[in-house]
Amino acid sequence: MSAVFEQIFQVGFLAAIIRIATPLAFATLGEMFSERAGVLNLGIEGIMLLSAMAGFTAASLSGSLWLGVLVAVLTGMLMGALHALFTVALGLSQHVCGIGVTLFSSGLAYFLYRLIFGQQSVPPSIDGFKPVPIPLLSDIPVLGPAVFSQFTLVYLAIIAVPLAAFVLYRTPWGLSVRMVGENPRAADSAGVSVIATRFQAVILGGALMGLAGAFLTMAQFNAFTFGVVSGRGWVAIALVVFGRWDPWRSAGAALLFAFVDALQLRMQASGLGHIPYEAFLMLPFIFTIVAMAVMSRNAVAPSALLKPFRREER
Amino acid sequence: MFRLEARSSTPAWFNLALPLLAIAIALLLCSGLIAVAGAGVVEAYGVMLSASLGDSYAITETLVRAAPMIFTGLAVAIAFRAKFWNIGAEGQLLAGAVASCAVGAIPMPGYLAMLLMALVGAAAGALVALVPATLRVKFKVDDVVSSLLLNSVIYYALMALIEGPWKDTFSGYPISPPIEDSANFPVLIEGTRLHLGVIVALIAAPLCWFLIARTTLGFKIRVTGENPEAARYGGINVQRVLLSTALLSGALAGLAGVGEVGGVHFQVMSDISPGYGYSGIVVAMLARLNPLGVVPAAIFLAAVMTGAEAMSRATGVPAFLSDVIQGTALLAMLVALLFTAYRIRRVGAS
Repeated sequence: MSAVFEQIFQVGFLAAIIRIATPLAFATLGEMFSERAGVLNLGIEGIMLLSAMAGFTAASLSGSLWLGVLVAVLTGMLMGALHALFTVALGLSQHVCGIGVTLFSSGLAYFLYRLIFGQQSVPPSIDGFKPVPIPLLSDIPVLGPAVFSQFTLVYLAIIAVPLAAFVLYRTPWGLSVRMVGENPRAADSAGVSVIATRFQAVILGGALMGLAGAFLTMAQFNAFTFGVVSGRGWVAIALVVFGRWDPWRSAGAALLFAFVDALQLRMQASGLGHIPYEAFLMLPFIFTIVAMAVMSRNAVAPSALLKPFRREER
Repeated sequence: MFRLEARSSTPAWFNLALPLLAIAIALLLCSGLIAVAGAGVVEAYGVMLSASLGDSYAITETLVRAAPMIFTGLAVAIAFRAKFWNIGAEGQLLAGAVASCAVGAIPMPGYLAMLLMALVGAAAGALVALVPATLRVKFKVDDVVSSLLLNSVIYYALMALIEGPWKDTFSGYPISPPIEDSANFPVLIEGTRLHLGVIVALIAAPLCWFLIARTTLGFKIRVTGENPEAARYGGINVQRVLLSTALLSGALAGLAGVGEVGGVHFQVMSDISPGYGYSGIVVAMLARLNPLGVVPAAIFLAAVMTGAEAMSRATGVPAFLSDVIQGTALLAMLVALLFTAYRIRRVGAS
């Protein structure tokens, strides 16, 4: 039993948690920015998939991984802009539009992938990102190999968390985002453009979702498959709620989920597998639903979430 | 400059014109993708049409595929009427499928098995839908997110079943044991897959229409959705109405799963629903939340799905075009719905 225990909790395990958490952290921060501005983006699942596909295609055709990342980010921004066009400019219902964006983007991703790469028995793969150990820091025992010998995108995610907190809480733009998410009417009176701020927040969110997609196909799996996102977008929706719409807490929630996911993968691999791994995968969703019920008394969700803003209407 | 101006009433012909407009826009936009794929647009849509509605066998195949979407479309339409935002039809469908499969595997007279499958499947779907509704009524939890997240919970529960206790020990495949042969829904036309469940779906639509348009509960559902304050003032127990709506909506989505188990697959596997729950949202929106409109809307989506496969074989255009058409149609319909509440007015030009 202790041998199994040791096999599970080793340096590789810590590194796996960080790797699993990275795309979730990007996606969760992206959804958080969108929701803090008052726009629920259920398009996230499809946006991640389309970005993952677009980035992979660009990288595999050009041979440049960073060009792939750029294309994924731009794709995410474009789809974010589309969602904002419907929900912010036209004020259409956010949840139905989000489902529409997910259906559209995932359909387009499948369609274009099949068109470009055809039907192959083995999905084409690329030579993905390689870990870049940071000098000195990577020599630290345990933490070094686990955290500081990772992909560049992982470092980017680690930096993105404090950066997101700084932008949201310490910059004028972040204040505008929080204002239009809490009280758009007051924001409007204070001279903040509700429409423009929401557009910017949803597009920034799309960019982060694009990074999440890029990580999946260019660092984690090095290939695009139809199940490459497989619900990670929905997980991000849950993590934003679980993380109470805060960058630090959301990132913490992503780490916690990654820990549970890595644990179930190890347990499956260690042949201990009498516990159905699905039970672990269910946990974040159940926890979030329970957390929503418990938190509801504190009303921490942005007040204007799901509410369109039309200046002339009172 | 143009601006949107509120409209006090909506002409009746909009109910038909808007979905047709949305579908036309979706097909037009997607014809660009067909051209990109190097096929003739007219040819591709032609193959799609003839393969889905061109002969009687094709029509039965389209109807078989439409049946689950009629049920999920009705589930969403009724829920949205009360502004209970049920995004969870997918999970409720899966729950119905699992429950009816468990019942169908018990040896008993065929007609009894079918009846019990329908009842238990509907009950399972209703129970799942009751969760987000109860959370909203008791704890003010947002039903959009909770119903959406439940889909994942139910999906993993299904996976745990078919990779665990239900796993096929002989082949090792993650599929449930089949239901009893006697529990298979009877086929109505020899040589086709047109099963009893399809007829039940077609009958369910007018029944739901009657319920919404002509009964007291239907009236309460509509008032609750349109103006909960007025409903409360008028003595309607809004919370109770929301819970009843959820039960009804979940039961309908559960029946979608029952039909797939009893009439099409006769067992449960991981891909038993290719997103029929989400398609239900598209169907309900195209139908403008009218149960009678759900039938043609579901048949349209089913025809696109059936036709896309034939189109792919004939022209090489990937069959995933049907997914794009579905998403585009939903977004186009949402934009078209703006015309029900607003009209475009030129201002300030002169």
